[in-house]
Amino acid sequence: MFFVATAGILVSMTLALVRALLGPTVYDRVMAVNIFGTKTVLLIAVLGFLTGRPEFLDLALVYALINFIGTIAVLKFFEFGDLGLTRRIHREAE
Amino acid sequence: MDIVLDVLSWVAIAGGLFFMLVGTYGILRMPDVYTRLHAAGMTDTMGAGFLLLGMALQTVSGIMHGESSYWFVLIRIVFIYAFLLFTSPIACHALARAGLAGGVEPWSNERRDES
Repeated sequence: MFFVATAGILVSMTLALVRALLGPTVYDRVMAVNIFGTKTVLLIAVLGFLTGRPEFLDLALVYALINFIGTIAVLKFFEFGDLGLTRRIHREAE
Repeated sequence: MDIVLDVLSWVAIAGGLFFMLVGTYGILRMPDVYTRLHAAGMTDTMGAGFLLLGMALQTVSGIMHGESSYWFVLIRIVFIYAFLLFTSPIACHALARAGLAGGVEPWSNERRDES
């Protein structure tokens, strides 16, 4: 059954990649990559159960953290053109 | 008791896969970023939630067989779900905000021809 879960997650990861390649705007691509990362977390967790080594959940936890930070950083970069440094400089100058 | 836990866990995993595949189909099918975010959010909460619930039920059956190391696995699963529960809406909100700031017009019936 975990094998079926792995196959299903892989299929939906492929579909998310299709959206990342098609996506007309950059936000579509970022969203697809974010979804892809969430699915990777689940894939790592399921793979741990499939191979009888649930210690893989540690890797899933770390990947969830990296995925979230990466998405927020990329979005901040696209929204403001930087990661917040110039605005901090402006604030300090005022 | 074992068979009950097993059946519940398989049902939860099948439900999670269903929500995940439907959400991903929605990402492909919906017309613009904001509507796609709706489908994407469902993948995160329902799909991941049910899949992790199924895995948690598997560890519960391991705990009932006397393997105390499965407690830590259960705690990790709870941590992953709690983390997804916090980060997924934040990422969705940031995406919608960045899309609006970047000048992506929300899809409507009048603009159907362009997309």
